[in-house]
Amino acid sequence: MKDRFDNRFRNVVVIVTVLSAILLFRLFYIQLVAQQYKQFAEENTRSRKTVLPARGLIYDRNGKRLVTNETVYDLIAVLKQIEPFDTHKLAEILGLDTSFFSAMCQKLADEKRYYTPTVVLRELGNDVVARFQEQKFNFRGFSVKARIGRRFDAPVAAHLLGYLGEVDESDIASSDGYYELQHFIGKSGLEKQYETVLRGEKGYEYKVVDKFNREIGSYANGQFDIQAKAGTDLVSTIDLELQAYGELLMQNKIGAIVAIEPSTGEVLALVSSPSFDPSLLVGRKRSHNYPVIAADPNKPLYNRAITGAYPPGSTFKPIMALIALQEGTIVPTTTFSCHMGFTIPGLHVGCHDHPNNLDLVQSISQSCNAYYCHSFRNTIDHSKFANTEAGYRAWYDHLTRFGLGGLLHLDIPNESGGVLPTAEKFDNIYGKGRWRSSYIISLAIGQAEINLTPLQMANMMAVVANRGYYYDPHLVRSPMPQGLGLHHTAIDKRHFEPVIEGLAQVFLSGTARWYQLPDIAQCGKTGTAENPHGEDHSNFIAFAPRDNPKIAIAVVVENGGFGATWAAPIASLMIEKYLTGQVARAHAEKRILEKDFIHLPDTLTIPTPHEQ
Amino acid sequence: MSNKFWRHVDWPSVLVYVALSVFGIMNIYSAEQAEGTSILSGSINAGQQLRWLAVSLVVAVLIMLVDARFFITFGYYLYALAMLALVVTLLTAPEIKGARSWLVLGGIKIGQTSEFAKFAAVLALAKFLDGYNIRLTQTKTKLVAAALVFLPAALVLLQNDTGTAIVFFSLALALYREGLPGFFIWLPALLGGVFIAVLLVGFVNFAIVLVLLIAVVWMLASLFKLERRLAWAASLALLVSIGFSYGVDYAFYQVLKPHQQTRINVLIGLEDDIKGAGYNVHQSLVTIGSGGFDGKGYLQGTQTRGSFVPEQTTDFIFCTVGEEFGLLGTGAVVILFCFLLVRIILVAEKQKSTFVRVYGYGLVSILFFHFFLNIAMTLGLFPVIGIPLPFFSYGGSSLLGFTILLFIFLKLDAGLKYYF
Ligand SMILES: [Zn+2]
Repeated sequence: MKDRFDNRFRNVVVIVTVLSAILLFRLFYIQLVAQQYKQFAEENTRSRKTVLPARGLIYDRNGKRLVTNETVYDLIAVLKQIEPFDTHKLAEILGLDTSFFSAMCQKLADEKRYYTPTVVLRELGNDVVARFQEQKFNFRGFSVKARIGRRFDAPVAAHLLGYLGEVDESDIASSDGYYELQHFIGKSGLEKQYETVLRGEKGYEYKVVDKFNREIGSYANGQFDIQAKAGTDLVSTIDLELQAYGELLMQNKIGAIVAIEPSTGEVLALVSSPSFDPSLLVGRKRSHNYPVIAADPNKPLYNRAITGAYPPGSTFKPIMALIALQEGTIVPTTTFSCHMGFTIPGLHVGCHDHPNNLDLVQSISQSCNAYYCHSFRNTIDHSKFANTEAGYRAWYDHLTRFGLGGLLHLDIPNESGGVLPTAEKFDNIYGKGRWRSSYIISLAIGQAEINLTPLQMANMMAVVANRGYYYDPHLVRSPMPQGLGLHHTAIDKRHFEPVIEGLAQVFLSGTARWYQLPDIAQCGKTGTAENPHGEDHSNFIAFAPRDNPKIAIAVVVENGGFGATWAAPIASLMIEKYLTGQVARAHAEKRILEKDFIHLPDTLTIPTPHEQ
Repeated sequence: MSNKFWRHVDWPSVLVYVALSVFGIMNIYSAEQAEGTSILSGSINAGQQLRWLAVSLVVAVLIMLVDARFFITFGYYLYALAMLALVVTLLTAPEIKGARSWLVLGGIKIGQTSEFAKFAAVLALAKFLDGYNIRLTQTKTKLVAAALVFLPAALVLLQNDTGTAIVFFSLALALYREGLPGFFIWLPALLGGVFIAVLLVGFVNFAIVLVLLIAVVWMLASLFKLERRLAWAASLALLVSIGFSYGVDYAFYQVLKPHQQTRINVLIGLEDDIKGAGYNVHQSLVTIGSGGFDGKGYLQGTQTRGSFVPEQTTDFIFCTVGEEFGLLGTGAVVILFCFLLVRIILVAEKQKSTFVRVYGYGLVSILFFHFFLNIAMTLGLFPVIGIPLPFFSYGGSSLLGFTILLFIFLKLDAGLKYYF
């Protein structure tokens, strides 16, 4: 029907179609042209879930398990999902005080973890888990989550195995995105050193989630998922039985034992005493036990085997002899007179009562101080060197080739390199060119400025056992250590036999003659390290058998007095244990086991061998 | 009713109506993630909507059986009844999501009375303009027409349902067709533009620009010896704009509540708080945008599965279309609506009766406003005002209301042809 305004219908049609076209253009743009919405949608709905693989286990050299995995249960809380609950009831189930919950909520709120599931209590006992699960409907926002935890199969080797702990900020920062909050990482020992081997490679599962981050299903049928790679097992070089025996012998004593297989550099035992049961520092027990152990004045957490540094004392003499032989200062038949010590104008180094004019072999077995003062002096003051300093540098260089004066790079953290004074150090003390052998004569008998770790002492003995070389000491056999160094000394092989004869005589006729073994030729050297802070440290180094040595060992017993008294029998018992698989010398063993340097005054009255 | 009547029914419109309603139920089913539950089940929204569609179809048939002259004769009575229902609702309705739009009698939810006020208002307007010697050029006519629209709009606004209240003003489009001066259409559009501009650049900047423009107008006028009358007119328009923009500034910061300010700010891009107020619009865009050309497949929408979009079965139902059917689906829906609207316009233009034509344009106005603003809202082109997509959004009152609105027109069209 025609009317005045019928031309306006076109305008209305135009308005409707143009505005519809605007919608179509907008749809074209956001659905086909713009890409950001597709990305947003991906991010919205895809949750990457980290899958942590089972951590590698740790075995001893004979295939005995040292560290295993076990399923443990942690208590998880999601702050925003917690509804009012009976705090007394849950506290009772968990064995906690109700104040735990207010502190927990405060902490989660402070960290802005409102919706993130967060572990609030580690390693619940199985009975706790069972009771919680029965009543969990009363405690909304709380749940229990399984995780792979570590279990120690034997209460030994705490220092070298190490432990796991939650990653800290620096762990996360330096891991290039590998670790996330609340992940676990090796914090010390093998667990730390071999973290990347043991942990394997984490994987990812992509899940479709809703806006509350609840999983709805797998994303794209899991085609983007990355499988986790299980961790690799470690086979340690440690002999569990020897390690356990070493820890047993060292009970109630402060000190360390290091045993090395000379032909390979494999560490057979690494004992630091006092030690602790490593399972005491796992999970929930850790927070309770750690302060107690850390506060112990005898410092059980301190790994004396690789970090402790002691003057080697007379255990230094075999190497002194080898250097003097190599430098041509002495020959095996050389004798030096000793009248209760070494005396030159203005200087006296005492010795003990022994027959006069000892030769090289006797000087070792009788541990004559004068012999080594003479030979040290003759060596570094030798006319073939331009001056004392040059002689000292030659002497120093020999020592470094025995693995002294620096790190041996054992494959666990916190190793110390000991102290071996450099020529520069004496230059600083006395002035350049103004010091002489007499100033530093104590070095000849392993005293004064020199400090070695028990590991260095054992390695030094392994060099002698090998007649001139050593492999880098290490704690893991499999996976095969890469780039293991083989180091040769500058000592001709022929010089070793007389020294080794002297070491053998220590057991046969010398300072350790009480600790002979019927079928095994042991070689060793006692040492008594002067300790300005108290009773001398008792040192002993040894290897056995004399031919094709299987074990080189160093023992330090702090404040143990003469080396022959405590360190020597412990070393000999360790050798017997390792080479024969048992200990026949029950009396000697009993004497060691009963000796308590920590709790009781010394009441034993047994004949003690004399030395210096 | 003879076969002759049924032949006169505009079947393309009916087909589009059925297609949109069925497609709507499919999308509701997807949006509520009811996989595993039968679509026939009354326990889910889609099943409810299916029942409502059945009810709507029955009502549609009933409308077809009623004498067309009934709606003409009783137009004002239906209007009065609807207004009464609005008042009763306003006085008795419980608050649901901030609005009091549900009529509840004896504990039973009857429906959203505003949905029925729409076709009542259209009927009354048609009846009024169909009157003898009525011209929209007369001030009195304008005032009465305005009153017929403002009354339901005001009552709905009092129910706190701003979105639906705005819809009544869409009837200006129908009035425009009947002779309402054009500035009733373009002036609100201009003021809307000034409104957004003031919010974007601030009142002071905007006023400075306008003052500079006045200076430029006078410079040009003196340079090119233009008529002074034109310069005065331009200056006056600009001064009025300044006055209006001050009003906007005042209204925005003094009258609007913070959450309303935020909504507007998010819309015009002044705030980009994805997790806050802009979240709905952002997620809506992400959902539609991620659908691409052919969508992720029915029931395969990751955004929909994840419930990222709020109100996805009702106001944001278009998101499901966009995500699962892509541009093919969204384009089809827009084109179907556009087709339906143009079709109704053309049918309305063919009418001999002013009543039916005005009714047809009223139907177009309301349908178009809902369709355009709802989709513009999901596409971030308009503030989230909360109005449903006709035939699509979950809601029985809405579906039934639009069905009645549409089928009265189809009845008037076919019935009057039959009678005359
Ligand atoms: Zn002597």
